[in-house]
Amino acid sequence: MDHVIVGAGPAGIIAAETLRKHDTDCGITIIGDEPEPPYSRMAIPYLLAKQIDEAGTYLRKHDRHFDELGIEIVRDRVTGVDATANSLALESGASRGFDKLLIATGSRPATPPIDGVASPGVLPCWTLCDARRIIEWARPGAEVVLIGAGFIGCIILEALATRGATLTVVESADRMVARMMNATSANLIRKWCEHKGVTVHTGATVTAIEQGRAGGTLAVALDNGTTLNANLVITATGVNPNIEFLDGSGIDTAQGMRVNNQLQSSVADIYAAGDVAEGIDFSTGGHAVHAIQPTAAEHGRIAASNMAGHTSRYHGSVIMNVLDTMGLISSSFGLWDGADGGDATELVDPARYRYLNLQFEDDRLVGANSLGVTEHIGVIRGLIQTRVKLGKWKDKLMQDPTRVMEAYVARTQAIGYNAHVL
Amino acid sequence: MLKALKLEPQHCTGCMQCEMACSYENEGVFNPAKSRIKVFTFHEAGRFAPYTCTQCEEAWCMHACPVEAITLNAQTGAKEVADAVCVGCKVCTIACPFGTVNYNQATGKVIKCDLCGGDPWCAKACPTGAITWTDADQTGFQRMYAWAQQSPAGEASYILPQKKDPAAYGPSA
Repeated sequence: MDHVIVGAGPAGIIAAETLRKHDTDCGITIIGDEPEPPYSRMAIPYLLAKQIDEAGTYLRKHDRHFDELGIEIVRDRVTGVDATANSLALESGASRGFDKLLIATGSRPATPPIDGVASPGVLPCWTLCDARRIIEWARPGAEVVLIGAGFIGCIILEALATRGATLTVVESADRMVARMMNATSANLIRKWCEHKGVTVHTGATVTAIEQGRAGGTLAVALDNGTTLNANLVITATGVNPNIEFLDGSGIDTAQGMRVNNQLQSSVADIYAAGDVAEGIDFSTGGHAVHAIQPTAAEHGRIAASNMAGHTSRYHGSVIMNVLDTMGLISSSFGLWDGADGGDATELVDPARYRYLNLQFEDDRLVGANSLGVTEHIGVIRGLIQTRVKLGKWKDKLMQDPTRVMEAYVARTQAIGYNAHVL
Repeated sequence: MLKALKLEPQHCTGCMQCEMACSYENEGVFNPAKSRIKVFTFHEAGRFAPYTCTQCEEAWCMHACPVEAITLNAQTGAKEVADAVCVGCKVCTIACPFGTVNYNQATGKVIKCDLCGGDPWCAKACPTGAITWTDADQTGFQRMYAWAQQSPAGEASYILPQKKDPAAYGPSA
């Protein structure tokens, strides 16, 4: 059996390792188009913050890890898929056959449609190559403008501040991290950033980026009349799945590559995992792209198990994020914006930048937003994903949402062998 | 033989010795807030429940870590955090559905139970036998039985494991 994996990110690497666990003899080839060993984009903020070197971003730390597992990594780029002939066209001109194929090509940053976005000094923060350029440009005293206050825009603020940059954030939505946090918590994040010296514009769009008057600077014009000087502009306006090379292949795509609960695409021998996959959303039961690390890891493992001939079904991924914005930690889970006909409770402590919002459907937890609360935070995922019936603990949580861990222990553990005591 | 932490909440008196021992041995301070094992107090019911990482086989935290900072200690079965590798991204803290991986803002790293390298201090400190370090095969059964007793369908019946006759399985492959 010859397995080919396109993409050397977490989904592809975990799939390759899982395939090897299932089958000691099969051929496993990963095709990736970046020059570095497989690395984690999630580690880039910590590289920018000088906490780690480039090797610290690598997904696997031992030089011979892939050799020892008999996993071949090829540097090339897939330009087309022939789904009937089980063959890939490569940028190098070669072609490559496969028995089973995993598409794990991830996503890439969206380029906002702004005049001058291709100017030198304007770049996304996505690859190690981008990171090197940001390190070069974000010198002490540099004025940095971030277009987009989403997850990436927020998580790199601290690193840029550590480098001595002056920071301005421009977000077109009415609040920061609008796709992850509700208004109450997002406004607290904004206040926190402003206290830390970041200038925040929300509800504002960049209309043009031009060469500034001073040498080497850029002039960033906003639709609210403001013009910002910048030595560096970082675009962070979301990401899109890398699916264009599938055009004409007959593989079903929508926002991403459509997969069933075995991570299989509309073509039997072809699977998808990670940011490129539009898989089952646990909370809605529908399809969605969840461009998050835990989903990439789960997709990779389950896709590989199915590719190896087992039947592994996925119950869907719970969208979740944890974000550190200059030391203020926020998280979101599942239906954080609420379920139809559900109810909610919240704890708001603006003075301490603490916030917790729980969303229920009947007596089950279906979503949450938190700020400044990190203790036992993963249990929120546990309660959502195991659909634990909270019983009388729902009322206790409505009174005091911080008791989520107690609720979980009480509702899932046999405490004192005390049937029905709690 | 692989050993495991056996937690028996019915023996717990809420004395917090485990939390003190854990924080002291692992963090150098008597500070329950830094303990990797946590005793939950249910005042209304007058019950206590010690709870910590179950060292799950296919550990969510380990699989979710983007930089291979959480690895299996094959000797103890523990999933251990390598501080030098952890970047503090906190993905494991949301990935762990048991809520037993926590972020330590002071160090910028995550902390979780590592079974003290195979000699857990919580078990040694527990004066009532609510936390014991025992044969891994024995830890689950009584808890599963107790949980089954709580089933909404009423009291569960169960069959005790039978001593198996090796001959019944035929010649080994």
